[in-house]
Amino acid sequence: MNVTVKYFAVCHEMLDRSEEEMDLPDGATVRTILQRLEEEWPEIAEFYEVMQMAVNWEYATENTELTEGDEVALIPPVTGGCDV
Amino acid sequence: MFKITTEVITGAEVREAVEGPDAGAVVLFFGTVRNNTDGRQVKHLEYESYPPMAEKKMAEIAQEVSEKWGLDRVAMIHRVGKLEIGEVSVAVAVASPHRKDAFEACKYAMDRLKQIVPIWKREVWADGEAEWVKPDAVFFDAPDMRKTPQ
Repeated sequence: MNVTVKYFAVCHEMLDRSEEEMDLPDGATVRTILQRLEEEWPEIAEFYEVMQMAVNWEYATENTELTEGDEVALIPPVTGGCDV
Repeated sequence: MFKITTEVITGAEVREAVEGPDAGAVVLFFGTVRNNTDGRQVKHLEYESYPPMAEKKMAEIAQEVSEKWGLDRVAMIHRVGKLEIGEVSVAVAVASPHRKDAFEACKYAMDRLKQIVPIWKREVWADGEAEWVKPDAVFFDAPDMRKTPQ
């Protein structure tokens, strides 16, 4: 199956791209995507404490199962607005 | 109104979105670009967003406000791109029959925006360096991705 993976902020910067298509095996989860990214960018694991994942605009977990056409996003810590 | 924009925010857009004959109070909050962070000079800020998810999360915050205060008039707008010192990055408006609820709900909505709405800020310093802002305290109540879904 094919999914779109989007990268924002520091993830965009580190991977040097804002999105890509990934061809994943049936039964793939969010974790499958992270494992692929770890091969290219091992330090991504350091972000796991604070990073969130989203599937189809909703926060997800690494166990969330994916289906054809899903839009997955890596969400680094959000920092909108102004400082409190 | 729940919107990510590249245009200048005046406040009129969110105020008009919440006004109505039964409103006795409209609280309007602006976040603006400050010229320093902990004393270090800021040249300008750059905001990036994931617009469809950001607007969806803003709508969810309005739903939370509706459940907590019974108020249905909440509007939020956040600007992205390059913002100069003093410019408005975010505006939140809440209308209610009486001011107490509007003040409380507006603060709540802004706090929640900073927690769950996917927007990122990059500080460009006066000395030419730049970095994505890391929050001091990460206080998501979005699920930790390593845990099993609830």
